[in-house]
Order: sequence, then structure tokens, then C-alpha cells
Amino acid sequence: MKKYIFKSENFLDFLSSLFVIFVGLLIGFVILLISNSSAAPNAFLTILTFGYTSMRNMGDVLLLATPIILTGLSVAFSFKTGLFNIGASGQFTVGAFLAIYIGINATDIPSGLRIILSILVAAIGGALWGAIPGFLKAYRNVHEVISCIMTNYIAMFLVNYLIITNILDTGRGTSLPVPASSNLPTWGLEHIFRDNLRASHVNIGFFIAIVIAIVLYIVLEKTVFGYELKAGGFNKNAADYAGISGNKNMVLSMMISGSIAGIAGALNYLAGTGLSMSIVDNLSMEGFTGISVAFLGLNHPVGIIFSGIFVSSLFLGGARTQIFGFSVEIVEIVMSVIIYFCSFVFLVKTFLSKNFKKSEKEEVL
Amino acid sequence: MSKYILEMREIRKEFPGIVACDNITIGLKKGEIHALLGENGAGKSTLMSILFGLYKPDKGEILINGKNVKITGPVEANINKIGMVHQHFKLIHNFTVLENIILGVEQTKNGILDMNEARNRIKDLSDKYGLNIELNVKIKDISVSMQQKVEIIKMLYRENEILIFDEPTAVLTPQEIESLMKTMQYLAKEGKSILFITHKLDEIKQIADNCTVIRKGKFIDTVNVSTTSKEELSELMVGRKVSLDISKNEAKIGDTILDVKNLSFKNKLKNISFKVKSGEILCIAGIDGNGQTELIEAITGLIKDYNCEHIKLKNTDISKLSIRNRIEQQIGHIPEDRQKHGLVLEYDLAYNTILQTYYTKRFNKKGFLKKSDIYKFADTLIKRFDIRTSKGATTSTRSMSGGNQQKIILAREIDREPELLIAVQPTRGLDVGAIEYIHKQIIEQRDSGRAVLLVSLELEEVLNLSDRILVMYEGEIVANLNSKDTNFKELGLYMAGSKKQSVEVL
Ligand SMILES: Nc1ncnc2c1ncn2[C@@H]1O[C@H](COP(=O)(O)OP(=O)(O)OP(=O)(O)O)[C@@H](O)[C@H]1O
Ligand SMILES: [Mg+2]
Repeated sequence: MKKYIFKSENFLDFLSSLFVIFVGLLIGFVILLISNSSAAPNAFLTILTFGYTSMRNMGDVLLLATPIILTGLSVAFSFKTGLFNIGASGQFTVGAFLAIYIGINATDIPSGLRIILSILVAAIGGALWGAIPGFLKAYRNVHEVISCIMTNYIAMFLVNYLIITNILDTGRGTSLPVPASSNLPTWGLEHIFRDNLRASHVNIGFFIAIVIAIVLYIVLEKTVFGYELKAGGFNKNAADYAGISGNKNMVLSMMISGSIAGIAGALNYLAGTGLSMSIVDNLSMEGFTGISVAFLGLNHPVGIIFSGIFVSSLFLGGARTQIFGFSVEIVEIVMSVIIYFCSFVFLVKTFLSKNFKKSEKEEVL
Repeated sequence: MSKYILEMREIRKEFPGIVACDNITIGLKKGEIHALLGENGAGKSTLMSILFGLYKPDKGEILINGKNVKITGPVEANINKIGMVHQHFKLIHNFTVLENIILGVEQTKNGILDMNEARNRIKDLSDKYGLNIELNVKIKDISVSMQQKVEIIKMLYRENEILIFDEPTAVLTPQEIESLMKTMQYLAKEGKSILFITHKLDEIKQIADNCTVIRKGKFIDTVNVSTTSKEELSELMVGRKVSLDISKNEAKIGDTILDVKNLSFKNKLKNISFKVKSGEILCIAGIDGNGQTELIEAITGLIKDYNCEHIKLKNTDISKLSIRNRIEQQIGHIPEDRQKHGLVLEYDLAYNTILQTYYTKRFNKKGFLKKSDIYKFADTLIKRFDIRTSKGATTSTRSMSGGNQQKIILAREIDREPELLIAVQPTRGLDVGAIEYIHKQIIEQRDSGRAVLLVSLELEEVLNLSDRILVMYEGEIVANLNSKDTNFKELGLYMAGSKKQSVEVL
């Protein structure tokens, strides 16, 4: 028997992800060099390693990773079923608002129950928000990308309005702070993830993300429902032929995808970091970062956990480079280049399998 | 000068789990039509893909006019004047015909695309070879046979000398096949050298000079077609005697299984009524595009907005039921387009065998797939239907040869033992051995009391396999014939619309 090293799909996936990260970093580095050549090497090193330099930073990496792992899972789930949910941003916003609203107002419910309720309602809100493009696609043949973009803006303006009318902190011009009893418990994580000065805010949200990743994996790979969803995603005509109700599944899939994005919103704002929703005319970036995270993780739940952690460590390190005198704009450009470059991973994978996989070409051609 | 314009010497190509080509040697002379014959999965497409630079051979050499060449991709193939019409076409659907033809070899004048020059050249070519095509329509709006003409002109436009045709006739109607064969003969006369893959021995006899036979990746022989009979060819290919005639017992007609009454759909179906009984094979014959596709889609539920008095399966009116409910009422359906409707190419073989039954108790336990049962089931189908694969039930469906993909669908539909088996061109793209086998299976279904509704464009299959024939012309049934009492000529007249039975007979 010959050994086919390049033949394992997983190996190739891994290689392609490494490659796009490498090229993205390289370009990022060049931009740093151009903007300030003497400080660039240190800044670059900081971007790469800062997230891992202390237990507290590592905690922060996990904390930042939680929402983008979830939006990544949300996007990946829609992909697997043949849709492109770029509405994760809006679903995230809706979920975030609902969770904050309950966190602030439902104080007569005991803390633990209240947190669970916040997350559940956020999930339902995200699901309903995702259902809109799902319905439009299934029954009105409106492309989901178009309607997702619209629902993103509607969510943004609607939530801005609802914050102003319901939970406005007039002093700061943001949503009111969430009482501590509505925040996610830490289960002692603050004792592990800390340095001499301060503990990280990392909390059980990260575990929730991991559990959701595992559940999604099981649903897609092991269940009858997943078989149906993927069949419809891969080949709608064949699904129709086999009597699989494509329309119903399209709506369901968008609802599941939306609910995960909604939970991402909840976990992001119930983290005890003091973060509030601000009233700005910008879409939530977490939804779009999710696209890159999904791509980089090759739409695989486990891959997405790692890509989410990696991307969030870059964010943390990137923010830190400001101590070397880089302007916020430059840092943002560098981060965007690195992160959006990740979206080319499929291109690279196709290229690699064409040229390096010696004998087997199952997917290409 | 070498005797051959092209030689492939001792070509070997291994895929994980299977040797697709095992030391195959083949020589093509200038101006000849050289047929390539072999069972499904024998390695024909793989060999041609190597010649066209899509796969890199593990071993072997390619000589053109006696000179060793390396072909690493379609670009090099083109430089070496090799062109290919693939089994599944490779045109860009959103581009126009003209754009597709000149793609990659665009001519520019002062940096601007010179479309007029191209237009004129294409016009000359299409006039010369009788390939009338319209240049400004998009590929997605033209028929399959038109697309094929585009592929041919594409090769001529590139001045290719060695033309590869991979099963060009499998997707064509008999009339279109006739015209393609004429074109190929003309091309050969003009000095082009042609490699021609087909499973139809008649076509080989009609136009090929030599024929190379491969079996399970191995070179068997190259024979002179004029001195070799069809029987000899098929024996070379399969390795045993194949009976090309269909023998079947007298039909034992039973109760009505399918009863269609006054079915209409847009202007495609006009008041169609007919019955199929248990124990009979009823064939819908006709030239492609006369409503056969719509008729089948209405019965299976793929189209919904039709009118009818009823479509009864046994005693249930299924005309308002969902597709799934119809399937559960015991309809099996071998669809016309295997890659569009019949298979999920991204799933492996096993997952494709449960496309309609995945949710039943057999494969579903409390919402979870019973994987080991699924793979065991697929294994039994692979054995029973002799499906050739590289990795058994886990083989990626996309990597399988066209004929073996078709066998998955057949196996799946026949195994469900439906009351009504609808088979649309069930043997399209299959080798003679497989056709013989499929015909036997269909007859077995009939003999065990099932109703078979067959749609076929091939008159030979229509006449030999069916018990009764309905001819469709422009959305109407124009003839209801007993297969024993009719012949090619009569069928042809009905199909062309120049003859029609009176209403009473229908
Ligand atoms: N990309 C691939 N990866 C793995 N196996 C492959 C691949 N392409 C072809 N094969 C295998 O190689 C064998 C030869 O396939 P090929 O397509 O050449 O057959 P063929 O003679 O053209 O058959 P058909 O008449 O059915 O089209 C088959 O067993 C097929 O499963
Ligand atoms: Mg083939």
C-alpha cells in the first residue's frame, strides 16, 4: 500500500487555513512596516502573542472568542444547508437587546432563572429575525443575502429606537448597565484566568459556545434532520425529488442559525464587562467577523472553535499595538486585512488539492 | 514520421483504492475515427482526461507525431491541438455562446476585443460543418444538443486536430445522434482525428474505423471495426457472451395500478388519459420535448400546477398529495437527469441509497441515523447490482463513473419494490452488460406484478422492452400500440406527427 500524505481531506483543510493566515499576517506586517518601520516588528509580535502572554489575557481571549465562535457557527450552519446567512449581525443585535432588556427589567425573577430566560429569549428573538429572510427565500424566492442585509439595518434602527424608549442611560447615551445578578456566572474562572493586577471577565459563556458547537456537529452529522438539511443544501432538486420539504427546512435552518447569533448577542452583553449597547448607526461587527471565523474554521464546528479563539487573540493583540504609537485606523486596517484574508481559504484549498494532492481529485475539476 | 498522429503508451493511473488505467496503450491515425469501448468504470473518461491534461498519469508517455509531449493542463492540450467534449459539459452558463467559444483565445485589436473577426470565423466554421448555432444567446437558454455543438465549434475554432468525444450521444435524441455522426464523419474526412467514446455498438459500427477495448482498466485489444461483429465487440468488452436481444415471457396483465384522467399542464400536456396495469411495461415514446418530461413530473409531483380529473394509484387519488406521500404510496422514480435530481453528489454512495427512506424505522432511531445499518444496506446493493466503486459504500459519489452513478439510482429505486416503477431513460450511459442487467431487472419487476412506466427515446429499447406503447406528440397521446404489432417505421410516423389514431382506438 502506498501512503497518501496529501490525501487526507483534514490535512489539506488544515494546510489551507495555515496558508491564508500566513499570507494575511504577511500583508498585515507590510502595512505596519510602511506606517512605522521601526516599531513594526514589536507591534507585529504583540498582535501574534499578546493574547497568550498571561493567564488573564488568555481569559480575555476566550471571552472575546465566545460571541464570534457563535456567530461563526451560525454562519457555518446556514452554509451547510445551502444558505448564506449574512444576517447574523441583525440577529445578534436583536438577541443582545432582548437579553439586556430582561437582565435589567425582570429583576423579580431569581438570578439563575433570569439568566437562562435572557439567553432563551435572545435565541427566540434571533430565530424569529432569521426566519424573515428564510420565509422570503422559501416562499417568495427573495435571495437571502438581500433580505439579510435589509433585516440587519432594520434590526439596528429598531434596536436603537427601543433602547432610547426603554432602557436608555441618559448620562452615557447607551443602554443601561445590566445588574451584576443578571450577568453570566464565572464558576471560579476568575481564579485561574488572572494576573497580579486583575482577573479576566471570562465566564461560562465560553462553555455554552462549546456545547452549542458540539450539538450542531451532532445535529448535522448524526441525525435524520441534519441529513435532510444538508441534502437540501447540497442539491435542492434532489431533495425535492426525494420528497424532502425544502421550504420548511430553509425556514428552520435560518431560524436555528439566527438563534445561535441571538445567543451570541446575549453572551456578549451579559459578560459582566460593563459593556453596553451604544446608539450608533453601525451594524454589529460580530456578525461579519463570524463569516471569516466560519471560513477559516472551514465550516466545521471544531475548526470554528479554534479559528474563533485565534481571531479573538489577534483582536486583543491588535488593540494592544496602540502602545507602540500606531493609530487606531492602522490597527483596524491590519486586523481587517488579516481577518478578511481568511475568507480566501476555500480558494486556497481548491488550489492545493489541484496541485499537491498527487492522485485524488474528488472535489475539484 | 510516425504511423500515428497520437500515441498513448503504457498509461497507468491509480486512484486511492482503484487502478483506473492499467498500462493502456492506444494509437490514433490521422483522419480516423477511433472508438473507445469499455464497461462503466473501465477507465475511459480517466484515460481521456489524462490526454487532455486534467489528470497526471502515474506512468506512461504521450507521443504526438512521434514526439514525446508533456500535457499538464488544458492549455498545453490546446497547444498540442487536442480538444475535448466532456461527458458532462464544461461551458459557462451565464456567458453567451460567442463568449464561451472564444474564451481563453480572445483576439484583440489595439487592446480591444475583436469580436467581429471571431464572429466571422465562427460563421465560416459553422457553415462549413453544418453546425448552426446562434451566437448571442446564453448557454443556460439553449438545449443540450446545442451546447454540444458549441463545444464542437470551440474545438474547431482552436484549430484542434485531435478531437475527443466522451459519450457525446448519451444525451442526444436519435435524430440529433444522426446529425452528430454525420458531422464527425465529415470532420474525419477533413483530416481531423477523432477519439470517440460510446456504449452504443451500432454507432461504433456505423462510423468508427478502429476500436480499442478496455476492461477494468486493462487494455484488451484494438480491433478493426469492419471485420468485427457487435457480438464480438461486446464479448471483448464484458469478458462473456452478452445477449443483445431481450427475451421475456408473455405479460400477465392484472389490475390497474396507475390511472391518469384528463391531465393538462400549460400547453405542454393536453388532456392526457391512460392506465398502466400490474404486470405490464408501458412505454411513452416520442421525440424529446413533446411533453414526456412534464407528464412524469406531474405524476411524481415535481410540478404542481396541473389540472386533472384524477391521478389514481391503485385506488387512491394522488393528484393532490405531496411528493413524499406519493413516494410512500409506492412510486419508484428513476429520473431523467441523474445529477440534477437523482443524486446528492456531495454525499457518499451509502447516503445516496437512502434518499427517500432515511427517515423510516429501518435507518432512523429516535431521530438519529443508524449508520451501520445504512452502510450494510449500501453494501448489499453494491453486490446485488454490481456497482463498481473504489471505496465501497463510502466512495464519494462525485468520483464515480457516470454509468455507476446511474446504477446507484437504479438499485435504490428497484430495491424499494414500488407498485409503480417510473423509469426515464434508465439505461442512458450504461454499457451493454449493464443494460442487459437493467432490462432483466425491469422485466423481473413486471413479472412480479408491478406496473412499469418507461420513457425512452431509443426506439430499439421501446420496441423490445415494452408491452404497450403510447406515442406522444405535442402534448397529446397520438397512438396506443401493442409492441408486437408495430415497427420502427410506424412508430416514426406517429412520433413525427404525420399519423394519428382515431379517438375511439385511444
Ligand atoms: N477523481 C476520482 N477519484 C477517485 N476515483 C475516481 C476518480 N475518477 C474516476 N475514478 C474511478 O476510476 C474508475 C474509472 O472511472 P472512469 O470515469 O474513467 O470510467 P468510464 O470508463 O468513463 O465509465 P462510464 O462509462 O461509466 O463513464 C471508476 O471506478 C471511478 O470510480
Ligand atoms: Mg465516463
